[in-house]
Amino acid sequence: MTAILDSAVDPIVERRRAVQAAAASSLRRRKLGSMVALGICWLFLAIAIVPLVAVVVYVMAKGLPAWNTDFFTKSTTPEGVPGGGVWNAIVGTAVITTVATAVAVPLGLLCGLFLAESDGRAAQTLRFTADVMTGIPSITVGIFGYIAIVRNFGYSGLAGAFAVGFIMLPVIIRAGETAFRGVPRSLNEAAMALGARRATIARRVVVPTALPGVITGVLLAIARGLGETAPLLLTIFGNQYLQWNPTKPMSALPTLIYSYSSQPFADLVQVAWGAALLLMTVVLVLSIGSRLLAAYLQKERR
Amino acid sequence: MNDAGSQSEVDPVTRFEGSLSVQTERSMTDPPEGDVVMTLREVAVAFGGRTAVRDVSFDVRAGEATALIGPSGSGKTTLLRALNRMHDAERSATVTGTVRLGDLDVYGSDTDPTLLRSRVGMVFQRPNPFPTMSIYDNAVAGLRFNGVRKKALLDEAAESALAAAALWDSVKDRLKAHGSTLSGGEQQRLCIARALAVEPEVLLMDEPTSALDPIATKRIEELVGELKDRVTIVIVTHNMQQAMRVSDRCAFLLMGEDKAGELIEFGPTAQLFSEPSDPRTLDYVNGRFG
Repeated sequence: MTAILDSAVDPIVERRRAVQAAAASSLRRRKLGSMVALGICWLFLAIAIVPLVAVVVYVMAKGLPAWNTDFFTKSTTPEGVPGGGVWNAIVGTAVITTVATAVAVPLGLLCGLFLAESDGRAAQTLRFTADVMTGIPSITVGIFGYIAIVRNFGYSGLAGAFAVGFIMLPVIIRAGETAFRGVPRSLNEAAMALGARRATIARRVVVPTALPGVITGVLLAIARGLGETAPLLLTIFGNQYLQWNPTKPMSALPTLIYSYSSQPFADLVQVAWGAALLLMTVVLVLSIGSRLLAAYLQKERR
Repeated sequence: MNDAGSQSEVDPVTRFEGSLSVQTERSMTDPPEGDVVMTLREVAVAFGGRTAVRDVSFDVRAGEATALIGPSGSGKTTLLRALNRMHDAERSATVTGTVRLGDLDVYGSDTDPTLLRSRVGMVFQRPNPFPTMSIYDNAVAGLRFNGVRKKALLDEAAESALAAAALWDSVKDRLKAHGSTLSGGEQQRLCIARALAVEPEVLLMDEPTSALDPIATKRIEELVGELKDRVTIVIVTHNMQQAMRVSDRCAFLLMGEDKAGELIEFGPTAQLFSEPSDPRTLDYVNGRFG
């Protein structure tokens, strides 16, 4: 009886001993390998972060001296005339982005809701279209805006807003779809079982539940639209003077940076640095703010 | 067929001594028959041509709890969801046979599924209160979905439904708090209140205690008994003791040869558990499989 038991147990005990011996003897080697792998990860993280920090620090160093009250309150002056600011470009960017957002956000979110709620052929086509739109080079969008709008109606802030909205739209569609899809199916079913219609479910359950994700997506899309330069180059023309009317040629921060940074006048290059710092700050605040807001909204409903 | 026969005659008595008291309380006779609320005839559900459950015919009676029991894969939940057309959202699903709610043909071409669902409510396996809504808003969500705007009516329905779900006393001072601040058992009772507020004629419960601890489970089971006067209940459970405790009639489903669930036996719960007519029912209620 014992012989049978021994012969049944022995190979298991032996194997257990072998495994434990191997584990102990290779421990140093495995720890070393783990440390090396971790070190490589840190190294690449540093390689990725260093340029980012360098850009931020460099732009701050170059741009901060340009910041003064005039910079934020006065419009640009012609070359050689000292003083002046970028107030006209700030207004232009604000107006263009507001118009683009006002058009792209409702349209994009409705498309996103449709993609999340439907899986038919129409939805597949729309999704494919949105993906293609994401991949279109922004200068192409600018050329399209130039041919479709500028050639017919002339340069204007609206033409720029159209081009920027075109860039923002697929970002919002996809962000919206992701947020709406994140709403648990069980909530859909709960509403359905209470006798709610699809539109009611979307309005009263899906949209409110997805709101934190939607807000994040919209703010990130706005941040993206703020920095777009190429679509504006061919559509808004630029304007030395303050212009609130979007049907007229306007100035904008990205195009101002583009044109002033290549000027031979030191004071204009200085203004370009200041504008770059301003744009970067706004984009950073929007990106960080959107994440904080989403985290806050998520916590709010716990 | 050696001693299996004699064993199966002994087992129900020895194994389910608890059920004896239930049986004596109900005096072994059929429960008094209420009006037929729902009628199922030859009901079958298929997904993309693959049959999930078929050949189900029985009547659901007013003032009773009807339990659907059977092992996993026997199509209990699938059948339950066919009763208020929850399969409509699944494009590949087809329901055949006849389901009637009173005089209404549930799958009739001029039957509006949303109006039907306000008459046949549902409670799900996991508590699913709306996370963006307060306790009060959750309780009256169904009324609002159905276009009720009168504050007085909403308030009245909220209190009545929360009280019926044994939740009113503990939440009446924090109706504005989020539903997710409640415990799991309380959340499930909130979901029951939410379903009750619409005053459905039938309440479908899909394993309503499967995500709850034993104490919360006991609370829900007691609730089922208390609610029977207010609403006719159809409950899916994989727990036979639960079926015995809460139901008046039982439908036993079993997965057939081709993986499709079939109705094996339907009858008064006491009878189904003590002297079922089908040997497979006997094996199942005696815990020999499933």
